[in-house]
Amino acid sequence: MNPVIAHLPVLLLVLPIIAALLILLAGMVNRNFSYPITLATISFQFASSLIIMVSVMTGGTIHYYLGGWAPPMGIELVIDAFNSYVLVVILAMALLIAVYARRGTALDIPPEKTVAFFVVFQLLVTGLCGMTITGDIFNLYVFLEIASISTYALVASGRNTRSLIAGFNYLVLGSIAAGLIVLGIGFLYVATGTLNMGELAAMLPASYGLATVQAAFLLLMIGFSIKVAFFPLHLWLPDAYTESPSVVTILIATATSKVTAYAMIRVIFSVFTLQYITESFPVTEMILVIASIAIIAGAVLAIAQDNLKRMLAYSSISQMGYIMFAIGIANQAALEGGLLHILAHAVMKGCLFMVAGILIYRTGTTAIRQFSGLSKTMPFTCAAFVLAGVSMIGIPPTIGFMSKYYLVLGAVEAGQYLAAAVLLIGSLLAVVYIWRVIEIMYSGSHQEETLHTGAEAPLSMLVPVLILAASCLFLGIFVDVPLAIIEPAVTLLLGVG
Amino acid sequence: MTPGILPLLPLLLPIAAAALILVVGRHEDLRESVTLGTAGVMVVVVLAMLPEILEGGRISITLLPLLPGGDLALRVDAFGMIFAITASVLWFLNSLYSIGYMRALREHDQTRFYFCFAIAIAAAMGIAFSANLVTLFVFYEILTLVTYPLVVHAGTPEALQAGRKYLAYLLGGGICLLGATIITYTLTGTTEFIPGGFLAGTGTGLMLQLLFILYMAGFVKAAWMPFHAWLPAAMVAPTPVSAFLHAVAVVTAGVFGVVRIAGWVYGTELMAVLGLGTVLAVIASFTIITASLFALAEDNLKRRLAYSTVSQLSYILLGVSMLSMAGLTGAMVHIPFHAFLKITLFFGAGAIIVGSGREAISEMRGIGRKMPVTAVTFAAAAAGICGLPPFCALISKVYLSVGAVQAGEVILLGVIIASSVLNVAYFFPIIYTMIVARPPDNRALGEVREAPFTMLIPLIVTVAISIAIFFFPALPFLDLAGIALAEITGGGF
Amino acid sequence: MTEELFTLFLSRYNYWMAIVLMLIGLYALIAKQNLIKKIIGLNIFQTAIFLFYISFADVTGGTAPILLPEGTGALYVNPVPHVLMLTAIVVGVSTTAVALSIVVRISREYNVIDDDELGEVMQRP
Repeated sequence: MNPVIAHLPVLLLVLPIIAALLILLAGMVNRNFSYPITLATISFQFASSLIIMVSVMTGGTIHYYLGGWAPPMGIELVIDAFNSYVLVVILAMALLIAVYARRGTALDIPPEKTVAFFVVFQLLVTGLCGMTITGDIFNLYVFLEIASISTYALVASGRNTRSLIAGFNYLVLGSIAAGLIVLGIGFLYVATGTLNMGELAAMLPASYGLATVQAAFLLLMIGFSIKVAFFPLHLWLPDAYTESPSVVTILIATATSKVTAYAMIRVIFSVFTLQYITESFPVTEMILVIASIAIIAGAVLAIAQDNLKRMLAYSSISQMGYIMFAIGIANQAALEGGLLHILAHAVMKGCLFMVAGILIYRTGTTAIRQFSGLSKTMPFTCAAFVLAGVSMIGIPPTIGFMSKYYLVLGAVEAGQYLAAAVLLIGSLLAVVYIWRVIEIMYSGSHQEETLHTGAEAPLSMLVPVLILAASCLFLGIFVDVPLAIIEPAVTLLLGVG
Repeated sequence: MTPGILPLLPLLLPIAAAALILVVGRHEDLRESVTLGTAGVMVVVVLAMLPEILEGGRISITLLPLLPGGDLALRVDAFGMIFAITASVLWFLNSLYSIGYMRALREHDQTRFYFCFAIAIAAAMGIAFSANLVTLFVFYEILTLVTYPLVVHAGTPEALQAGRKYLAYLLGGGICLLGATIITYTLTGTTEFIPGGFLAGTGTGLMLQLLFILYMAGFVKAAWMPFHAWLPAAMVAPTPVSAFLHAVAVVTAGVFGVVRIAGWVYGTELMAVLGLGTVLAVIASFTIITASLFALAEDNLKRRLAYSTVSQLSYILLGVSMLSMAGLTGAMVHIPFHAFLKITLFFGAGAIIVGSGREAISEMRGIGRKMPVTAVTFAAAAAGICGLPPFCALISKVYLSVGAVQAGEVILLGVIIASSVLNVAYFFPIIYTMIVARPPDNRALGEVREAPFTMLIPLIVTVAISIAIFFFPALPFLDLAGIALAEITGGGF
Repeated sequence: MTEELFTLFLSRYNYWMAIVLMLIGLYALIAKQNLIKKIIGLNIFQTAIFLFYISFADVTGGTAPILLPEGTGALYVNPVPHVLMLTAIVVGVSTTAVALSIVVRISREYNVIDDDELGEVMQRP
């Protein structure tokens, strides 16, 4: 096998670190070097992720031992259908965001900090990739923290001074969560003596009854719930999403939240296995109830907002509830819906936040009331918002509808009719908050005073937006393409464990 | 069942046309010819499939694997053809009418208008030709979404308000339909339309009854009371929208769905066993009478016509509820017969708006003197809807009446007779006001003139077709209904 | 009864200490208004976790996990948690660094590092 291909997994992690250093050094010469280096690195990473995905689909799960040390002594990278899929999703989003960031950072990040921004951006990507492909649970924590600390810094880096406070609060809550997670990992180590996820899965069943394992599960669940901003542990999210620079919001809304959700699903299903949460320690019902509340509460809170970014933030809380819903039902159809929603939400929310960023860039405001009549001056941007919004509501044949269908199907198959109804009502609520924005954008005349420039968005920002908007439609119509990898991923999660 | 590419064309053509319309948007004549040209070709394509269907064949094509439950698949059968022929012929005429209307009123955003219309007809065709519930649902929702910009076209606060109501009802209905589809799939493992139904024996009686209620909630587009309020609200739309979508496409999609569920998902026997015929009969009768009463009270012409539509649509539901041969036939043929007559009435209302700017009936005294063609065709169509010869609606009413007797439900016969009386009660005053009454004074009709030529032609053509159908009902609607009925009842009843 | 409680406490006193420290840290993190004190609380919380890990790594009678020249027969304390905690300490330090730099920025902007007063600042649009 080609030596480069054989070592792609670790290259995925090493490359962005080297790139970060490169940007730092090159940036001292000329700060304009940072952008092309970033773009090149992430493009390479994205291409690698595609190669890895193909390799996994044809050849089966990849086990890569770091440094050649076999577990349990060494750390291994395990790439199966599930995480190769997640990897492709987040790197695709990172690439589009990198393109968008060229102009997107202009408003929030002062020019002298551009280098710093891209360095931390690369470190964040490192953390996210690491979290996705690692097979060792402590390694997961380490990369989680690499990603989180980068995120704290990025969130706090906005021009708006409120972003500092949002960043600090996020840091506090995130660190508590990390503490809980590492505590949980410690308990698992005490119970089994290993940190390798595969071995944990094999050794844990013997100790299922132990309070240690139960405590570990709870600690991990709560820790991850804070990180994912699963209601009611979501309090850091609205401020962080609203006050951080637009590019950062897109990044954390699409990539970070997805990877953290992935980590949660991975720990629940691959380490603790389906049996545990349904039989030994039945929490699925409770997760389902909380998820249902999250879906409704998030949507209701979103309706009340006037700030576009804050509205989208609450919408994200509602949408992450969908993924929790999938965990709560835990059958084939529901989990397929949940995994599909990882892709769908990344694409839809990414598009919506990118549009928000463009609107702020052009009009200088986030107040929805001020967006009236924008469709005349920014037709493509508004059209993209409509398409992504329609997908968010879940109207066929968009991808948002497809994931919703599977979730409802899973709920009905499991006999959870009430939960299915909640999901459907949630999408009706989404109509309210999305449609309000669309109505305002397409009617009335724009107030001249709020314009910076009334022109359509610059190309480097518009192209990613349009790509994402089109993806909402095309991924929906050709939904069997992502499903081709999601189905085996779910079977693996549910069966082998 | 023969596979073929023809079913796909009536969907692809309007979508391509829509794209083209966006591109040539600024060149008005070019844009209008795209619409008209596509509409003409559509009629030809749909009629091209007719011979095979009349011989009892069906043409099908599977487009995409979509979801567990159903692929995106099309199947052209007799019942679908009824809807398709109606929609395509009327789209052509309506497009001609729209051109006259929009240009006469110098309406804004015409490109968006024609774009949405083209996608809407594609969605309607998709519903007509859907082979399973999933496909039906997909196009159903697309239809809701794409008609929204048409409803709120004016952009005024009232229009936006009406649009919100429209979306609330129709999307809410869509959610129920989705739930019903998924439940059907979980019960039976499929959502394919099968003549005679496939739900029998799959769930408890109560469950299937509740499921039917869920389906009815899904088909809010059939405007059954009390969930009909979106239809009068939607009359804020430009008249071509009201004429085509809310007399033909959107509402017909609703009743079409109900008939499909009755014949191809539940089956007439299962419906009878579960007592669903009675449920449907109650809903339909209530709607028919109440909507007619509301119509009596309306002064705005379009809103009165809207309530008339609500009432007439429930004739179709009534026919289905009878679960008898003649009743079902009457229901199926009332779809096109009502469409042709109703669209004439709306065309007339629009002509009056263009020619005189008036929307309230009380302001239309003696308008027939200045707008003779409009008034006469309107009067003719009104007479037709009431069930007078020589118009096609008489035939469907006769079938419905016979069907009521066949089913042994004399009360339904009473409903039909009562509502016919009410029809006359709310249509006759309009005709009287327009033609017989004298204008209040000589100046009142000052600026009124007859509508433009491009609007008058469709008016006359639709009335003529309604008369023609009366004399030649078999081609093709009665024949098609007969084939469809034979399909779902397996020949004997 | 008290006998059992006593042994319960004494036999696992290391876990109890870790929990008490954690709670002190959390208390400081949540209840204290001054931002610097919050960061200190966070550090205490994290340190408690380190101590917890290292304490369960202990093997009765074991010695420090450095290979003795003879190599055989010696009982070592489990080195893995020590290694893990080295990493965790680094994570804690980075977090503290970022937190402190944020607090420095906040103090420059607002001249305030008290949470309550900050809350008022946030309210202003």
